[in-house]
Amino acid sequence: MQGELAEILAEYEGEKGALIPILQKVQGKFGYLSEKAVSEIAKFSRMSESEIFGVASFYAQFYFARRGEHTVKVCLGTACHVRGGERILDEVKRELGIESGGTTEDYKFSLERVACFGSCALAPVMVIDKNVYGRMTIAKAKDILAEYH
Amino acid sequence: MVISQETKIINLAIDGQPVKTKEGTTVLESAQQAGIYIPTLCYHHSLTPSGSCRMCIVEIEGMRGFSTACTTPAIEGMVVKTNTPQLQELRRDILELILSEHPYACLICDRKEHCEPFHITLRKQAETTGCTMCPKNGRCELQKVVDYVGLTEIRLAPSRREAPILKDSPFFDRDYNLCILCGRCIQVCQEVRGIGAIAFTYRGSRTLPGTAFDKSLQDSGCQFCGACVDICPTAALTERSGRWRGLPERSVITTCPYCGVGCQLSLEIKGNRILRTVPVMENSVNSGQACVKGRFGITEFVHHPQRLTMPLIRKNGKLVEASWEEALDLVTEKLASYKGDEFAFIASGKCTNEENYLAQKFTRTVMATNNIDTSARLCHAPTVAGLAQAFGSSATTNSISEIRSAACILVVGSNTSSTHPVIALEIKRAVQNGGKLIVADPRDIELCRYADIWLSHSPGTDVALLMGMMRVIFDEGLADLAFIKEYCENFDAFKKSLKNFNLDSVEKVTCVPGDKIAEAARLYATYKPASIIYGTGITQHSHGTDNVLALANLAMLTGNIGKPSTGVNPLSGQNNVQGACDMGALPDVYTAYQSVDNPDIQKKFEIAWGCSLSASPGLAVTEIRDAIYKGEVKAIYLMGGNPVLSEPDAKHAQEALNKLEFLVVQDIFLSETAQLADVVLPAASFAEKDGTFTNTERRIQRIRKAIEPAGNSKPDWWIICQIAGRLGGKGFSFEHPSQIMSEIASLTPSYGGVSYQRLEEGAIQWPCPDDAHPGTSILHAGKFARGKGKFSPLIYKSPCELPDKEYPLVLTTGSSLYHFRTGTMTRKITGLNAIEPEGVIEINPVDACPLKISDGSKVKVVSRRGEVIARAKVTEKSPPTVVFMTSHFAESAVNILTNPVLDPVSKTPELKVCAIRIEEAQEL
Ligand code: SF4
Ligand code: SF4
Ligand code: SF4
Ligand code: SF4
Ligand code: FES
Repeated sequence: MQGELAEILAEYEGEKGALIPILQKVQGKFGYLSEKAVSEIAKFSRMSESEIFGVASFYAQFYFARRGEHTVKVCLGTACHVRGGERILDEVKRELGIESGGTTEDYKFSLERVACFGSCALAPVMVIDKNVYGRMTIAKAKDILAEYH
Repeated sequence: MVISQETKIINLAIDGQPVKTKEGTTVLESAQQAGIYIPTLCYHHSLTPSGSCRMCIVEIEGMRGFSTACTTPAIEGMVVKTNTPQLQELRRDILELILSEHPYACLICDRKEHCEPFHITLRKQAETTGCTMCPKNGRCELQKVVDYVGLTEIRLAPSRREAPILKDSPFFDRDYNLCILCGRCIQVCQEVRGIGAIAFTYRGSRTLPGTAFDKSLQDSGCQFCGACVDICPTAALTERSGRWRGLPERSVITTCPYCGVGCQLSLEIKGNRILRTVPVMENSVNSGQACVKGRFGITEFVHHPQRLTMPLIRKNGKLVEASWEEALDLVTEKLASYKGDEFAFIASGKCTNEENYLAQKFTRTVMATNNIDTSARLCHAPTVAGLAQAFGSSATTNSISEIRSAACILVVGSNTSSTHPVIALEIKRAVQNGGKLIVADPRDIELCRYADIWLSHSPGTDVALLMGMMRVIFDEGLADLAFIKEYCENFDAFKKSLKNFNLDSVEKVTCVPGDKIAEAARLYATYKPASIIYGTGITQHSHGTDNVLALANLAMLTGNIGKPSTGVNPLSGQNNVQGACDMGALPDVYTAYQSVDNPDIQKKFEIAWGCSLSASPGLAVTEIRDAIYKGEVKAIYLMGGNPVLSEPDAKHAQEALNKLEFLVVQDIFLSETAQLADVVLPAASFAEKDGTFTNTERRIQRIRKAIEPAGNSKPDWWIICQIAGRLGGKGFSFEHPSQIMSEIASLTPSYGGVSYQRLEEGAIQWPCPDDAHPGTSILHAGKFARGKGKFSPLIYKSPCELPDKEYPLVLTTGSSLYHFRTGTMTRKITGLNAIEPEGVIEINPVDACPLKISDGSKVKVVSRRGEVIARAKVTEKSPPTVVFMTSHFAESAVNILTNPVLDPVSKTPELKVCAIRIEEAQEL
């Protein structure tokens, strides 16, 4: 990992104020920002680890623990909520054996709850990676997850 | 930063009151200057205003809405209102929001005055649920603001953060349930300390000051300076010591007893006990900052149960308690038979000027010998010798407060963040202000993080490195020839000696790439003013004086001397190393470096002291050992030192002390050396006596008696006077150190204008020849003290002991931030021991790997002189083939290993380089 990280950092040599792009690139590569990565980024940008972490943890897009291969997002916006989003979430939790925000032990799945996807017409909605699944039912959720196993 | 020559005065009106202020001042500062209160929470005068709390809003005529006074500059003709009903209403709204997340019951209770007396015991509960149970009660800024805006009711639903109280610092707790998110702690840690151990972490309602991955403070780079604690307006950050003892009854301003920075500290006292020691804001040395040692490392040692409280006398091989009468009589009787060169006095850079003055006066007048020296021999003597030779004055040329304005700083042989933490802040400030930083140090020290160039040269190759830089400067036409011509001499001889230092050969010797050296040379020569800061990494070598001369050459070559933010600035290790030398606690000079072999000066002192004096210089500390072996020195009076641990080849040093016929030690603790003494005299600590220390920038500062001495301990000056008097000495009937200072002033040209009366008005930097003289912040301005600055031709000499087959690694030594010297004081501090419990040997993975040494394993370190066991710390901080140890730990006493070979000029030992090997230690 050290080498790949160094490669990314090298691209930004001499650039000021590139912290967010660096964080994005690093997360893009490794899936999350590890302690080691934050420490290297801190050294590179001559800031402290806490400062880097402070900036990163301000944004929802950054993760600090290894993520699952697939990110499952269940929508609990008003429309989804009214149409039983909560039950879909419960089912996914049960199926994967994790809470929302968690990652399965085999690092296959991470689970998140989100406020609204803007696909209210399809409510309730579940999103896996970039694929949107609408009009979810408990049974459907099970089947779809199985496709990713 | 450029300070404009003429600051314009502007007029404004605040609450109908006409106010005059300087242009560039904010509305808030203008109001404060005029004595008008505006409530604030996030503002602090040592920080950049963030304008985040909005408590300081004011109305400004002609401006729409409300402005935050802390961020709004005052403008000519401005009409400001600070206290309208509408403003107060708005402030109440903001406060309500803040308080909905803070225990507020006591804050708004209309019977709070009546409640107070009944809560004395409730305070001790761990959780703070209201002011009456809060350690900050009475000093809290939030309380003050709530009172001012008159909040009586909170309409919002209260919420408690349920944040766990973090106890990961040994000195303070973090209870973020009391945090008002003002950000001051974060700002001070980043802006002022340059560390950034804490930052606002997470989002929205979860936002709190925190660390990366919620790691412990120590793992986040915290240095436990306490700046965040001191700046926190609430009790979110509170010191544990004295926490439940309530408010102090009085405070006494004094000088920190640790390093040569000489931070001004306020001792907060209740009864005869120091509750805490906080840095003083209004002074030019430390402006409200300190380090962990001064901030958290004092109270416990002053009040330590192991303090010596009674004299001890050796009877049947054991040290037993005795009365002062008995002990003093014994010392007198013994010393009477060793008058002359059989006697030697070892004075101390820890004791006051007055005490060191008396020590040398006693030695010279009563004991009739010049055998007086100090611990300064082990660090400062090459500076004394080198700077006197080059410039004519043996001290730091410029002042601490100038550092921040330097355009370039060269730090060489000084791990400033550990040894002189508050000076490191100034260096970081200079970098923030756009200055360039060059660090020359074998190890990856903290300052490297801020440096533009780091030269990792091999230990002991400083002369080559510096001469190489000078060769580049000269060859590239970057030398200030006009300056050299007008103010310096011996340049041609020096120029010739540059011949031997072409970059290729320098690269070979120093192991630093030539282009890096050239780059550093150009930076230093072109960014002016440039300042040189150095420490024991320069002096503790067998050619330490040459190292100092090289730095003096470098400064003269570029004209970087005699001007603000320039100069050659040695950092003296102990609080009063400078003063001890100034006071003539040296074998060859009286006060202010007046030679003992100069007949005129001898005459002057003979008249003043009313006795005849010896014109032959005495022995240096480092020569005394041999003299003991030869039977020439038989009795030693040791004041406040611990040579058993601090001298090189410590085993030998200890054997020598054992050979003495009589050893009297005066100290606050039973140090490793005191345990060998025939008589131990208990000394009062710095907090228990009056006196002066002279810091590394020649600033003479008071220490003040704050509490009564522990037990029967007595100030060192009193003890010397007693012994001198009993031995028939004249001129020792002093009742107070101020009288001693009058005598010093009368005999010491550079201290001529110093008196306790004047020191009450403020510290003075010597030279201060007379009462009317303001003191001197910059030496050699306009003219060198010796007339012309003298260049010295130099040749490179390698360290005396180089690695070989048998001893393949180079051991270099240094200091930690958390301990001091031989640890006599700091190892008594629980918190410091918790942070750094033992000495380690730092070793690069490249060297550790083949030896199968893993991080944390115990190893045996062997040199030609002895061996010690220490725990290995495998780290890239030390370069390959160089290992590093600190000198604070008796259990792994590094000086058992070090080489006692001396610099021939200054007699300072080569503590910084010796050859060692590492073996696997048998598990103990
Ligand atoms: S921090 Fe201040 S306002 Fe809060 S409980 Fe303590 S004294 Fe009261
Ligand atoms: S103690 Fe000092 S270093 Fe540590 S967090 Fe506070 S300000 Fe920063
Ligand atoms: S801990 Fe103190 S200084 Fe830091 S943000 Fe909270 S209240 Fe302000
Ligand atoms: S920097 Fe030096 S003088 Fe200041 S508090 Fe620390 S040890 Fe004391
Ligand atoms: S004090 Fe001005 S905004 Fe906080």
